[in-house]
Formats: sequence, structure tokens, C-alpha cells
Amino acid sequence: MNTLKNILVLLGLSLVSGGAMAAGTDTQASADALVKKGAYLAKAADCVACHTTKKGKPFAGGVEFELPFGSLFSPNITPDVDTGIGAWTDDEFVSALQEGVGRDGKHYYPAFPYTSYSLMPRDEILAIKAYLFSLPAVKQAPIENTLSFPFNQRWGMFFWNALFLDNQRYEPDSKQSAEWNRGAYLVQGPGHCGECHTPRTIFQSLDKDQALAGAPIQGWQAYNISADPLYGIGAWSVEDLTHYMAKGYASGHGFAGGPMASVVEHSLSQLTPQDQKAIAVYLKSTPAHSSGIARATTDDLSARAVVVDDLGSKIFAEACAACHRWDGEGNQSPTAKLAGLKTVNDPAAANLLGVLLNGHSNMGSPVDQRMPNFAKGYNDQELAAVSSFVLKHFGQSGGVVTPEAVAERRKVKSH
Amino acid sequence: MHTLSINGNEQQVDVPGDMPLLWVLRDVLGMTGTKFGCGIAQCGVCTVHLDGKAVRSCVLPISSAVGHEISTIEAIGETEVGQKVQASWLEHEVVQCGYCQSGQIMSAVALLEKQPDADDAAIDAAMAGNLCRCATYTRIRAAIKSVSQA
Amino acid sequence: MEKPRFKSSRRRFLQGSTLAMGGLVLSTWLPPLIARSAAADAVAPGRLGEQSPTGYGAFVRVGHDGRVTVISPKIEMGQGTHTGIAMMVAEELEVSLDQVEVVDAPPNHKLYSDALLEFQGTGGSTATRVTWEPLRQAGATARILLIQAAALGWKVAPSQCHAENAVVFGPNGLRAGYGELVDAASALPVPTDVPLKKPEQFKLIGKPLQRVDTPNKVNGKTKFTIDLSVPDMQIASTLTCPVHGGTLRSVDDSAARKVPGVRDVVKLDNAVAVIASNYWACQQGLNALKIDWDLGANASINSAELEQALQDASSRDGVIAHKTGDISASLKSASSQFEAVYEQAFLSHSPLEPMTCVVHVRPDACDLWVGTQVPVFAQQTAAQVTGLAPETITVHNQLIGGAFGRRLDFDFITQAVAIAKQVSYPIKLIWSREEDMTHDMYRPHYVDRITAAFEGDKLLGWQHRIAGASVLARYAGSLPENGVDADAVEVAIEPLYAMDNLQVHYIREEPKAIPVSWWRGVGPLRSTYVLESFIDELAHNAKADPLEYRLKLMQGQPRAQAVLKMLAEKADWKTPLPAGQGRGLSVSAVFGSFVASMVELEMQGDKGVRIKRLVSVIDCGLVTNPTSVMAQIEGGTLFGLSAAFFNEILLEQGQVQQTNFHNYRQIRISEVPGVEVHLMPSLELPGGVGEAGTALIAPALVNALHAASGERVRRLPLTRAGYYIV
Repeated sequence: MNTLKNILVLLGLSLVSGGAMAAGTDTQASADALVKKGAYLAKAADCVACHTTKKGKPFAGGVEFELPFGSLFSPNITPDVDTGIGAWTDDEFVSALQEGVGRDGKHYYPAFPYTSYSLMPRDEILAIKAYLFSLPAVKQAPIENTLSFPFNQRWGMFFWNALFLDNQRYEPDSKQSAEWNRGAYLVQGPGHCGECHTPRTIFQSLDKDQALAGAPIQGWQAYNISADPLYGIGAWSVEDLTHYMAKGYASGHGFAGGPMASVVEHSLSQLTPQDQKAIAVYLKSTPAHSSGIARATTDDLSARAVVVDDLGSKIFAEACAACHRWDGEGNQSPTAKLAGLKTVNDPAAANLLGVLLNGHSNMGSPVDQRMPNFAKGYNDQELAAVSSFVLKHFGQSGGVVTPEAVAERRKVKSH
Repeated sequence: MHTLSINGNEQQVDVPGDMPLLWVLRDVLGMTGTKFGCGIAQCGVCTVHLDGKAVRSCVLPISSAVGHEISTIEAIGETEVGQKVQASWLEHEVVQCGYCQSGQIMSAVALLEKQPDADDAAIDAAMAGNLCRCATYTRIRAAIKSVSQA
Repeated sequence: MEKPRFKSSRRRFLQGSTLAMGGLVLSTWLPPLIARSAAADAVAPGRLGEQSPTGYGAFVRVGHDGRVTVISPKIEMGQGTHTGIAMMVAEELEVSLDQVEVVDAPPNHKLYSDALLEFQGTGGSTATRVTWEPLRQAGATARILLIQAAALGWKVAPSQCHAENAVVFGPNGLRAGYGELVDAASALPVPTDVPLKKPEQFKLIGKPLQRVDTPNKVNGKTKFTIDLSVPDMQIASTLTCPVHGGTLRSVDDSAARKVPGVRDVVKLDNAVAVIASNYWACQQGLNALKIDWDLGANASINSAELEQALQDASSRDGVIAHKTGDISASLKSASSQFEAVYEQAFLSHSPLEPMTCVVHVRPDACDLWVGTQVPVFAQQTAAQVTGLAPETITVHNQLIGGAFGRRLDFDFITQAVAIAKQVSYPIKLIWSREEDMTHDMYRPHYVDRITAAFEGDKLLGWQHRIAGASVLARYAGSLPENGVDADAVEVAIEPLYAMDNLQVHYIREEPKAIPVSWWRGVGPLRSTYVLESFIDELAHNAKADPLEYRLKLMQGQPRAQAVLKMLAEKADWKTPLPAGQGRGLSVSAVFGSFVASMVELEMQGDKGVRIKRLVSVIDCGLVTNPTSVMAQIEGGTLFGLSAAFFNEILLEQGQVQQTNFHNYRQIRISEVPGVEVHLMPSLELPGGVGEAGTALIAPALVNALHAASGERVRRLPLTRAGYYIV
């Protein structure tokens, strides 16, 4: 039963990095230690991403989630009594995370990933609460949601939850290693990876049969991260995966752009190397789903003729080839490599357009390593043409990007 | 400490690994023939060769240059193609202010080394990343063609 | 205190003892001495010319080794002026070009003022025009003195001697090299009557000689300002308040100071400078600063409101810049009218060498190493910032990596000196591209409203209202009493087209938050765009051929007619084009030259434009170096095309939105054909060429676009209307 014991230790006893609280249990922990544990869990759960606006104070909320039927705004989770969660009891906080029911009995919308957080045990949730309560209170009233009927009827969530919320804690799989279980817990629970990477059913619930098989989000594509070698991350080594989590890229596999850049910066890169490895080990073991976007193959790129013969190749020559090269190898930074990426093989060019329109700056990299944002200098026809060229030149999807698709993509706000 | 091979010479530099090659050349080694223009690989005035390929030194971390052959405008005249290109540049009186021309010449030499018979489409592909604000493009094209069609 | 006097043109505005520029009041001109500089260093005592530091001696020195030094009052920024000036001197001095070295003149307003600009500067396409007489005279004077010296020594008549290739030849095989004659020649009185060669006697002028400055520009040896190094020098780079007029409230530099290589952080009123051993460390340091700006009153300004104000202004009456006949009466009596409104955007210069300046301030003196179009102003701003006397400030002018008017301003020199004043060592200030583009002095946004009156088919005349910021006023401190910006209305007040009634209003409308300055092509560019677009519209309205329509109206303009006719022939104007293709023309008299340009293009889809041909004809009078003239028209044309197609500077919340070449695009080799240039043989006095190509291209482009697509674009750039180059 060594495995089970290890799992218990991992789950409950020694979560915090740097050995700051290598010993002791929750009940014995000092308040400081509890706060530290909560701080780490808050990172693992990436609370800051949804509860902090670009220029706002941490955890004060106000981030907008645009849905087809209106907008949701994340609440203030600082300990301010009037506008935040300062008056909340432990039970109320636990209920929010495990059951999706707020203090006043209001049901949350599942933009708040309580169906994942539900896997977290009460003590961990309370550690997060202790951490949040240790922060300065920010008086900032929540912004009213703008959902239209019937979606503004919160009670409807009662039925949704009955169908889609298990309200169960994580159960370790004794057949697997402690490391695997730790990874599974982080991915499914606090990490809530499936919230973006798992396709949703028509009821907006996660399609568990297609777990981690990839899904669109805010105009971007959250790629298939199941263990499939062509469509998922099966061909990535554990080192590739941990490097990606720690640094934001794995050369030749991909880099974290769009919403994922923030996940890496605020959450994954903050985890201990052991936890990063646990996640990698778990991801590589998940059921493979051969769906979504396949990696591009990289044969013969350097042998292709290098000529300008249409608008797309013209723009690539003018604005892109200097960093990415005609052979897609990229000579400036590991993130400049295009060869073999899913991004150049997605016929909808979701992430390609995202990066072209928003630019890219890898976490922690010096300013010289950034990709500028080409949204203002190039029009829809030009960006469509260069995207189509990139898909054709580096990928096999046969995708062609239309100017209309670029125009649509320009409308998507990204956080 | 990084060891770089520049124009056939080994150079030791004690700088951070993410410092771009451009500033190592210019501010550490005093090799100012390679210019600074934009810092985001959009203008090409900082072009040097890395193993014979034209690269933008303004965004190339020095750690990525270690173990590769770097050549710069200061020594390009020692190669046969480099010499021809420089001569052609003068013969066609390409240069105006001259600030971008180090980069133009490095891009042109890389092109002609790989494709000695480069035509217009190849010239566009290889030279489109090099801006010239004096807009000497008419003569750049003529100068390259006189080498590629010789 | 004498106030600046203004004459008819912007090139004649800077005379007098007080000059207010960019908020600075420059109250003293230099005493007439040559300060120590590269030029002065090259002028060792004992040379011919040294004994006469004014007149020819200001421009020409001949050493004992026979080498000739030409002291150029015009700086080299790519336009080939060093070569042209050397050719003028060499022609009369009878030396070959490789025996001449060109150095930049030190700041000395009295010696080196431009007769058209009336200050010592390089700009306005004046270089050849103003140096044509005095520089040839300088060469001829030196030659005559050398011949006289030889003749005296040989005891023969000077008329029995002649000079060739730096040698004086006498009768019976007598010969003496220039170097041997220098001392004797220096003792002779300077001749007053100096005949110059007739054009048919020219040996160098008119020949396509290789430029003197280019060999070292193809091998990386040329040092621009950004390449200089002086002992103990450190690199500096700045972040200036993103809103014009804003100031620095405070800065937390603790993290910046920890960046390896960073030596100092210096605060200025509106900027913070990080000084380090290398530029990259400067940028890392700047990135680590936590700056609290007071963005000031301009922080709410957006482009839309600036443009609205200019559009409104174009409907008002301004000051009358020109009046012939009675356009008001004509408009009342006209059988028809036609009005069009044209807009041209704010533009950045963005030379590839960003603003940069090396400066060393010491308690008693200051050295500036900088490529500047205005060395005297550079000296004066350094004097003002440091409190030192101007004569203690040495300006070492440098070859320039592109200017296009940007280096007629010296704000970056002022900033460099202000930083250097706070440290004990020399600094080299280098602006990042982002600083350069967002803290430029921009070509103004102009709105022109032009209304023509017709009686039947006959053009009676037009009323032309020009609204925009005054560059002249900003540069010189104020406008003359009549309130007219002579630059803004140039060309517009003298259209090539005959009409009995013409009225030009100048409406000065100063936008907030955006300083304006000279930009290659200046007034002639802005007015040529409007006039040549308008005349094309009139031709189209009259269902006339744009060429014939122009020729018919161009009475008493033989040179303009000639370039236009030659263009039509060279550009195959009469050859029909298939649907979806078109040609556009423009013609104008600019900078003392006559120029005509043609664009041929093809539409691909609704908005895709393939530029197929660019042809220009120029009559710039006597040509010094035909290669340089052609190169200037080629490059100038594409420079103007770049702006007309792509460029506009926009403000949001007072901040310039264009930051680098990914969002302020420049034309690339893959987007344009070569430019075909034809020189009209001419014996007229030289005209300017550096800006001539730039001034003509935009109207030819929009006219061609109209011919090909049927859409008339009146507002530049074309990207604004959705066009792109394929």
C-alpha cells in the first residue's frame, strides 16, 4: 500500500514548493503555512486569470466572458466584506467551489470551472480561502452580467448541475503511481485543463468521451492534448512537456499563445518541477483521441523553391521569412520555429490568425524575442493570403483562409 | 563566456546568452558595419550570415550563434561572391545614404551563394525583408541580376 | 533686436539675430571663425586657401602634397551632394575626382549659409542650385592662383600656361604640380574677376562619375554617427513621455540599476535615460523602469478630432496667399462648378539610422559628433543646454543614414546634451525605433478644398483653400506679418495651368499633441498632389485625355510641356490598355526643376494593385552628375509612393500608434518595378532633384488608380481605402 500512502502524502501533506513546509499536516500548520499552501493551489487553479483584469487589482474581478447570449463578469474574490468574499463562511466557500452554488444560494454559470474544482478536497479549498483572505481587500463592486433570457435564469443551472456535476472529490487510482495520480488530480481538478481542452456537448458540459481532445476558445484553438501521437501530445517527451510548462514552449512542438500564454505564465510555470512532471506523465497516459488538428509533417521544406509568386508568398517574404525562414526552422528563438506545428496545419488557422493579430511575446523572454502584432499594418486580404500561404507551405491541411475569416477573427476580444 | 566564430576568428565574449548578436558585434566587439534599424527583424539592416544563411542579428540571441559560423559585412569581400556583389553595387551606383546596404549586400550574397542564377522571383523572396528608405531597389535588382546573369 | 525677415519663400526666412525654434530661442550667431572640427583639422596651415578663410578659401584648400580638400557646406545624407560639389570644384580646379577629399563645413552661419535657405543647412533641394556658382568659382580661383604662381616662377605670362590633372603646364615643356605651387600661390592677391567654364568645356560636370562616398558604404567601413566610439563612451537610450507635452513625474529605477551593464539612470523633464555599456542593456534597463508620467493636456487627443478640425478649417476663409482676377465673381457667374476636398496624412520620416548623437560635455567645452542638416543650430542648442559659449562647442558632422528632413530638427541633440551634462563621460544616445517613430516631428496633415468655376467648357479659375499646421511657423518661431506659410502654398500659388482667376487661402490650423516639421518634398509635394489630382478630375469630367487636357491649359510653360510630352512618349501613353489597367500622370514645377511622372498599374480584384511601370522625366537644367540625378528620382519616387500607399501617423489618447515598420510599412523591393528616369537635355541653371521625384508620385498614383478602377481616392494613404499591393 505504499502507493496509496504516497498518494495521500502528495495530495494532502506536501504540496508546496521549495520545501517551505516540508513537514506537518494541515491541522498542525500555522496560519502562514496554510496561506502558503493556498497560494500554491490558487496558482495551480489559475484563479488570477479569470479574476483579474488587465489593469485591475489582483482578484478584484471584472473580467468579461463573452458568450453567444451575453456577457458574464467574474466576481471580486478579495476579502472585501461588501463587494468581495470577506463575509463568506468556510461552508459557503466550499459550496461555491464544489457545488457551484454561491453564498446567497445563487447558481454559478459553468464559466466558473466548479465542475473541475469539485474534485478538490475541503481542506485544499479552505487553504485557497485562507490565502485569498490574507490579501488586501479591494472595494470593487461586481459588474452585472448581461445575459439574455432564458440564460439569465440562474435557477436553470440547478437542472444542469443535476445532469453534469458529479460533486465528488478526486479518487486516486491505486493501480497507478503516486506521480500519475498527482498529475491526474492537477489536470482534472485545480488545473481544470479540460475546461478549455475538452470539447463540450450541446449542453455546454464537457464531453467526457472526448476528454482533452481539443476545443475552440475565444477564437483560439485549445489543441488536443490527449496522448495521441499525431493529434495530441503523444509524440512529446516528458521533457518537452515540462519544458513547455516551465518556459512556454517546446521547440518544434509548439508555444503557448493566446489564453494559454497566460495559463503558463500564471499557473503552470509556477508549479514545482515534480508537479509539472506529474502532469506530463498523466497527460501521456490519457486515452488517445485522433481528432482535431494533426501536427504538420516537415518533409522537404528546405528543398522547396523559394520564390514570390502570389500575395501570400510576397508578404511572407517581406514580413515573416526573416525570423521564421522559408524552411520553417526559425533561427531567432525556439518559438520562431514553424515546421511541424499544429498551428500551421489547422485549416481554420485559428491560432495562426490569433498570433498574427495579437503578436506573441514569450514569458520571460527579452523584448527582442517578441513577434509584433500585424493587425494594424496589414488588411484582411493580406493576412488571409499570408495565412493561406503558411498553411500551404508548412502544412498539409489544405486550408485556405478567407478575408472574411480574418475580419471575423478581428472582432474577437482576447483577454 | 561564449565563444563565437566570426569571419573565421574565434572570439570570446562575456555577455548574457540572450543578448542579441547585433549588440555583441557592435557594442562589445566594435564591429559596426552591421547596423541597427528596427530591433524586430522587419528592416534587415542587421543581416549577417549564420552558416551561410542570412539572419537578422537584432533578434538572434548569442546563445543560438555559438557553434555556428558567423560572417559579417566586414569580411564578405573575402569571398568570391561577396567581392562580385560589392563590385556590382559600385558599378550600378546602388548606394545612397548607405545605411541599409550592409544588410542588402549580406542578403544578396546569401541568395547568390545558394542560387547563382537568381531571377526576379528569387530576388523578391530573398530581398523583400530588407528595407531601404532611400528606396534604391531599382539598382539593387539590377546589381544582383548583373551578377546572377553573368 | 532684429526680427526675422520673411521673403517670398520658406527658403528665405531665417535672417536676423534672433531665432526661436522648437521652444528654444537661439540668440547668437557664431563669430566668423572656423571652430575646430573635422574640416578644420584637415585644413593644416600652409595650404592654399588657408590665408583666405572666406571666399574661395572657405571651400577649397590645396595641400603641399597636391591633394585638394573641398569643404562642403552641404552634408551627405545619400543624395550624392558631396560628389556633386567635389565635381564642381574639380571641374574648375582641373583635378580629377580621386584627387579630392570632401569634408563637412564646420558650423559657421556667415561663411556657409545657403543663399536660398538663408541659414547653414542642407534641405529644400537647394544644394546644387546654391553651390553651383560659388563652388565652381572657388575652384577656378584656386586654379588661377596656381597658374599665376607657376607663371611668376617661370617668368612667363599666365596666358601661356594651363592646368590639367593637378599640374600646371607652361611653354617648352615646363610643368609643376599643384603641391609645389601652394606656397607661392598663397602669397598672391586673390583675383576678383574669375571666368567660369562654358558647359561645352566641361570635362567632369555632366559625366556619370562614381560617387566619392560609396566605396566604403559597401564594405561596412563607413562610420555613421551610430557607429562612432570615443574613449570612455557609454551608450544611452531614452523613454520619452508618450504624449507630446507630457512630463516626468517620478521614476523607480531600482530594478533598472540592477541590470548588468547599466551605469546610470538620468532624469530629464520629459524623459528618462538609461546609460549602459551597450544598447541592449539600455533597453533592458528601460524595460525595468517604473515610470509615472504626467501625460499632460494632450492625453485625450485622438486623430479623429484633429482631422475634423482641419476639415472644418478648410471651409473657412484664411489669409489670402495669392489672388489673380476675381474668383468670387467667377464662381457666381459660372455655368458650373466643381469642388473636391483632398487630405494628406501626418507622416513620419523614419530614416533607417534612428536619431543618434555622440556628445561629451566638459566644464569648459563640449564636442558633438552628429549627422545633422543644421550644424549651427546643433551648436546653439548645445550652448543653450550647457551654458557654454557656442565657440567652445565643436560640431563634428557625420555621414547620415537617411534624414528626409528629420535632421533639420535637433530635438534629439538637445536631449543628448541634456543627458551628457549630467555625467562626466561621453555618451552616445541611440533612440530605439519605437522612440524614433513615436517622437518624430511629423509632416502635417493637410486638408485642401478646391473649387473650380467653368463657363461652358472653359476653366475660369479656382478657389483653393489650404488648411494645415505651419511647419514654417514652428521652425522659425512665427509667420511673417501677412500670416502666409510660404511653404504650404508653394506651387499652389503658381499653377502651371492658365486661368484668369485664382485665389489661394491659407488657413493655419494647428493640431494639438503633434509637432510638425519638414518632410522630403515639403510644400511642393503637398500642393502638387492636390493640383495634379484636381486637374485629372477636371479632365475626366470633361471626358478629355488627361495628357491633352493638361497640355492645352499649360500656356507659356514650354519646359513643363516638354517634359510632359517626352513622358507621354517614353511611357507609351497613347498605347491602349486592357480593362482593369490604367495609367496616371502628374507634372509640376518643383525646386527649380520641371518633372513629369507616370504610373501604370493593374487591378487584381477590387482592391489589389499591381504597379507595373513607373516612368519619370525631369528637366533640372544643367546636370552635374546624371547618375545622381537619376538615382534621386528613382529613390525619391519610391519614397513618395511608400507614403502615398501606406503611411499615416494616428493618435489615440495623445499617443502615436505607429511604432515600428510592422505597422508603419515601407515599400519593399517585391512591391515595385524599377523606376525609369529620363533626363531632358537642358542648358538652364540647375534645379533641385532630391525631392522632385517624391513630389510627383502621389497624384500619378491616384490618377492611375482612377483610370484602372474608376475609384477616385482623395485621401491618402491608399491603404485607408482598402487598397493593397499585390
